[in-house]
Amino acid sequence: MEEKFDAAIVGAGPAGISAACILAERGVKVIVLERGEYPGSKNMFGGVLYGRSLERIIPDFAQKNCPIERNIVESRLSYLSEESSISLTYRDQAFFEKLQNNAFTVGRAKFDRWFADQARARGALLVCSTVVTDLLRDGAGRVVGVKTDRADGDLRARVVLLADGVNSPLAAKTGFRPEVKPGNVALAVKELIGLPEEVIDERFGVSAGNGVTNEILGNVTLGMNGVAFLYTNRRSVSLGIGANLSDFARERVRPYEMIERLKLHPAISPLIKGGKPLEYLAHWLPEGGFATVPRLFGDGFLIAGDSAMLFNALHREGSNLAMASGRLAAETILEAMGKNDFSSRTLQSYGQRMEESFVLKDLKKYRRFPSFLETHRELFTNLPRGASAAIREILTVDETPKKTRRRAAFEAIRGRMTSLRLLRLIWDAWRSVR
Amino acid sequence: MSVKVEDKLFLDRFNVDEESHLRLIDPEICMGRCQEQPCLYICPANVYKRESERISVNYEGCLECGSCRIGCPHFNIDWRFPRGGYGVRHKFG
Repeated sequence: MEEKFDAAIVGAGPAGISAACILAERGVKVIVLERGEYPGSKNMFGGVLYGRSLERIIPDFAQKNCPIERNIVESRLSYLSEESSISLTYRDQAFFEKLQNNAFTVGRAKFDRWFADQARARGALLVCSTVVTDLLRDGAGRVVGVKTDRADGDLRARVVLLADGVNSPLAAKTGFRPEVKPGNVALAVKELIGLPEEVIDERFGVSAGNGVTNEILGNVTLGMNGVAFLYTNRRSVSLGIGANLSDFARERVRPYEMIERLKLHPAISPLIKGGKPLEYLAHWLPEGGFATVPRLFGDGFLIAGDSAMLFNALHREGSNLAMASGRLAAETILEAMGKNDFSSRTLQSYGQRMEESFVLKDLKKYRRFPSFLETHRELFTNLPRGASAAIREILTVDETPKKTRRRAAFEAIRGRMTSLRLLRLIWDAWRSVR
Repeated sequence: MSVKVEDKLFLDRFNVDEESHLRLIDPEICMGRCQEQPCLYICPANVYKRESERISVNYEGCLECGSCRIGCPHFNIDWRFPRGGYGVRHKFG
């Protein structure tokens, strides 16, 4: 392509499109390159978006036919052993009213297409079915555009925003950020399971487009550092499970067998009973945390979203970090255009913006969380069994004195891990999130 | 537990390119030096299958997660995205 753009954005996901919306609205000549046939055709996540982050880009998204599946009014956290589950549920009337769409589920094939349409309506150019294969650099090594797999594929731009996701062969090739290590990503698989809307409403105790998220921990990941989830969509539920990629390699567990096993769990199977599998997907989660976030800018380029490893594993937030980073990258690009300088000296203000925002503040706060999970395998092995056995002791009524029961409950845990180990776990958990 | 991943992949839509986007750089390494062969386990689409004398690459069902690229202990997999518009096409996502 002969035409020169102000900004080229690699990837039409939440980060790239957020930036495109803001830039196009301000009259910047922006092109978005997407490798899929349509935005969202390659994208996958658990399923939750956050309204307050989307509002910063599209203030009236709910009135603009944003393809919301369900508004989340209830969040569940379940801790599963092989045959039991311990759950914590929070439902609040506020999520029906003044906090409506605080969190909501979407399918990416629909949402990303809708979101990209908003950018196009503002003047951004979207080019699909195009893989960015390399970065164009000038003699001094500054990024001055991208190479694509199209015949006339070189495209020049004053600045490039890399929002190409966590799996980036482009990063591996060009080194704009280090190639991911297996220990720093979780491999997750997800299955869409179709159910009639009223069946979902009944099973989850919701109605009128409201829904539930359920995060699931325990030994469902077969001792591996991982997590599962069950989210409600309008006419389907998303069941997913993931674990650290190096754990998969070490344990020789097949991801599709693990999700099949999860479907049979007594706490899960009644919720998906009679459902029809509709789609099966796989994707990484950049769960390495703060330590794996690369330098976010260089001469002529910026990095946002999953591509920058922005993911808050503790709060399962990622899409909001992508949108916020895309927005901050766009603000930085506007500043650089004003100065007509796209060197790292100007673009470093993106780094400052990110540090001052919740994005890096949160990742920094929870920087010890990834290693906490890594070093406390009992969370995924003996603790769920012990906790379950302890509660079972307390709840069994057979005229045994409570003193005996309580001792047995303590023994159920202590028989599986020492008191010292338990104290260590509690201390490390506190330290990792404080 | 026996699960056929083919039944799951059958749910997905693919626009299959004639040429593979995945290639074993040196097949000798797979059958000689590689003891672990994690590609046979970690791939969520079971793209890599052990045949008698080699590992076959069934790229048609690749879900494009990238796990084999970084999971191969010998970095022996040449991994590209399928050409623009090819590969898996999410219906829901």
